Amino acid sequence: MRAHLPDFELVVAADLPSALSLLGNGESWRPMAGGTDLMVLFNAGRLPYRKLVSIAKIAELNGITVSPDSITIAAGTTYSVIQRNPILKAEFPLLCQAANWTGSPANQNRGTIGGNIANASPAADTPPALLVYDAELELISAKGSRRIPYHQFHTGYKAMQMRPDELLMKIHLPRSHHSLKQYARKVGTRKAQAISKVCFNGTAQMDGSVITSIRIGIGSVAPIPLRCHQVETALTGQTLTPTLISHAREVVAQEIKPIDDIRSTSQYRSLVTQNLLSEFLRQLL
Amino acid sequence: MTETPVTLTVNGISYTVTVPPMKRLLDVLREDLSLTGTKEGCGEGECGACSVMLDGLLVNSCLVPVKQVDGSQIETIESADLDAIQQAFAETGAAQCGICTPGMILAAQELLNHTPHPTREQIREGLAGNICRCTGYQKIFDAVELVSLRNA
Repeated sequence: MRAHLPDFELVVAADLPSALSLLGNGESWRPMAGGTDLMVLFNAGRLPYRKLVSIAKIAELNGITVSPDSITIAAGTTYSVIQRNPILKAEFPLLCQAANWTGSPANQNRGTIGGNIANASPAADTPPALLVYDAELELISAKGSRRIPYHQFHTGYKAMQMRPDELLMKIHLPRSHHSLKQYARKVGTRKAQAISKVCFNGTAQMDGSVITSIRIGIGSVAPIPLRCHQVETALTGQTLTPTLISHAREVVAQEIKPIDDIRSTSQYRSLVTQNLLSEFLRQLL
Repeated sequence: MTETPVTLTVNGISYTVTVPPMKRLLDVLREDLSLTGTKEGCGEGECGACSVMLDGLLVNSCLVPVKQVDGSQIETIESADLDAIQQAFAETGAAQCGICTPGMILAAQELLNHTPHPTREQIREGLAGNICRCTGYQKIFDAVELVSLRNA
């Protein structure tokens, strides 16, 4: 059932202050960036918002800036721009891979990384990469801006530490990961153009056969994109052996909370997650 | 909300239409501008039948509210600049029922803009968002390879 067009308002914000002013005026305006998720809901007659402000043409929300210590991606940067950026390709390959996994070229030209985060689907592909890269989010409102570690941002299914008057403005990535071993694998119904059943990302530092540091982020296995702190704790400082891998499989099976839904089953997601963890760990040796 | 004026340059011609701001670019092209070469397939950004170029980038026009792209340059299958790709599609028999063909040609254009001489794998990836229910993919890939050869 199509949405009834005259019920909806859409205004185009010319700049950041005018967008923030609308979002903060108490009239329930909601932001739209590339529209690749909201328009699907709209076309199906299921978009719950009636007043939309387009933030797609705001200059401050677009582009990638580089400093010696960090890379900052403005939230309105598209998947296409991210996957072709030479510095991101060199230092943050898991993020570029995730951007390439997300939808088709046409959707990658419209869809934005900020939308992928704030849409808050646990099946999104860039969040697991952002989790292992220790991303920090910068939120802005008419009252000011604040920063929050990304692993604290999602608090439950589609629930976030973000007020209705706030916009996600920037994603900060510390440039401290390029020397790590990095792994990502997505399992979906098809090789491409499929929403993930499990999306696994990991980075690690080895000293011989000892894991000195490890980070694991997984999508589609919990109400939120999950940073697996329990698995990381069980592996850090340990010598990587088949016994340790078996133990890690048990820990991850306890830490994730997959569900049965239209795309897969809880049991399958758990088994695939354990197998991907094994593959990641075996490749560290 | 009341209707709002929107100006678009489509295939080099400027148009101003007065429409609801959330009207899809797809519907403005087909209903207000009578450019019916752009097709609707799934209406949810999965099939690519409604592909057009928006300021030089491939997009699904079913996912674009028209007010959001006020002032933009649009290229559709009616554009004369796509004649070489259309010719190759005709020569290789790449069109069957024809519903996916406009989107396939636009996606091929985007691919060839970035990669003038794509490998078969790059062609598959470039057209990955465009679904052909007649499943005539091999001849579509052949058509893109033919354009690539002629780009030499």
